[in-house]
Amino acid sequence: MSDLFGQGGGGQGGGKGGLGTLDPRVRVLAAPAFALVILSLSSLSALSAGVGLALILLSLSGLPPLRTLKRMVMMDSFIIFMLVLLPFTLPGEPVFSVFGLSASWEGLLRTAEIGLKANAVVLALMALVGGMDPTTLGHALARLKVPATLVHLLLFTVRYIDVIQDEYARMRAAMKCRGFRPSNSRHTYRTFGYLIGMLLVRSLERSERILEAMKCRGFTGRFVLLDRFAFRLRDACFALGFGVLLFVLVLWELRLVPL
Amino acid sequence: MHIVDGALSNPVVIGGAVLAAGGVIRGLKELTMEKVPTAGVLAATFFVASLVNVPIGPSSVHLIMNGLAGLVLGWVAFPALFVGLLLQAVFFGFGGLMVLGVNTLNIALPAVIVGLLFRRWALSPNPKVAMVAGAAAGAGAILLTALMVALVLLASGQEFLTAARLVVLAHLPVMIIEGLICGAAVLLIGRVKPDLFQTLVGVSTLERV
Repeated sequence: MSDLFGQGGGGQGGGKGGLGTLDPRVRVLAAPAFALVILSLSSLSALSAGVGLALILLSLSGLPPLRTLKRMVMMDSFIIFMLVLLPFTLPGEPVFSVFGLSASWEGLLRTAEIGLKANAVVLALMALVGGMDPTTLGHALARLKVPATLVHLLLFTVRYIDVIQDEYARMRAAMKCRGFRPSNSRHTYRTFGYLIGMLLVRSLERSERILEAMKCRGFTGRFVLLDRFAFRLRDACFALGFGVLLFVLVLWELRLVPL
Repeated sequence: MHIVDGALSNPVVIGGAVLAAGGVIRGLKELTMEKVPTAGVLAATFFVASLVNVPIGPSSVHLIMNGLAGLVLGWVAFPALFVGLLLQAVFFGFGGLMVLGVNTLNIALPAVIVGLLFRRWALSPNPKVAMVAGAAAGAGAILLTALMVALVLLASGQEFLTAARLVVLAHLPVMIIEGLICGAAVLLIGRVKPDLFQTLVGVSTLERV
């Protein structure tokens, strides 16, 4: 349904691959379980196995693998400067030096640890939850007892992001027609300010019309969430298998598995 | 600036989550049935605004606009920005899952603070006063966000000192730009639809009609 998020379709909650046939609640709960286990690990071999598990999830998610990995690399580019600094700022045994600054072995290890953790968690999150239709995510959260107001807010937000995005694109097109070209100038920033202000004004007026239209149709403040989530045998199998894999990761960390 | 999973220490992550949850609950209390659609559409607008790139020097940055969100949404900024960050993490892979609380706190708490400080003046009929208040809110929110990110990093380990300093430095130009943009936005809203500052904070338009 959505340009920005749309990858769903088919299965219980959208998503074509193996994960798409699972109960969305199981997928939503699996993400924090995975993140908790990953964050508790520190050995690089166990963390690498965690990234491997996340990649397997990605292949089962029905998401386009290349685009998803590209997004992950984009996230890495945000944090890269922080990670690059660590070997030089964490004291320890020096390994090599750049411009007279020595990088410590401890710092390198920590950099690798953070990089693996961040990527494993984000990859698994996108694979488990990101392949869902955002509306399905809202419904799953509601079924997991997340406060109804928050779920409604999420559903409205998801519903209108594309609409507002279109509105924004129209306004930018109109500005371009009038010869606006962004540059480093007061004029540019003032124009962007007016643009954001106008976008908010139009959104507010739109939301007033939405509320009136919804009231005409009997909106009482609560959506009736129509979904047919069912916890079936395959969900139990996935939960069990996934739990065992996470447990193996913990054992690996504790060096109880001969690997 | 999104912090990723794995960088922060456990007490910082847990503390951030607890405080963010408190802020979200406080914000949800303000949302009556009438206000949820408005809050949703405005949350979507701030989400779209955060995808807007503006030129800065030879490069460009994306807007954050949490100062403006604070002026318009008040405490509702917490749930609204949380939803935005959740969607960005899940569908775009920005940030992380367990650090969602810390990231929400870093963006939304400054929003609420500048909202409380500057809303009175942003509503001023004098356009100059309103614009300056808007600019102060926009720039102040970014400054607070940068300081909070730095603080959170430092609380997790001294080795992040250089990174924390860089975060604050890198946000200084962003602060100026967001201030200019937020000031202009407040000016325009004051001229076109001053109600906007009172739809979610104070009485709703429908109650008044």
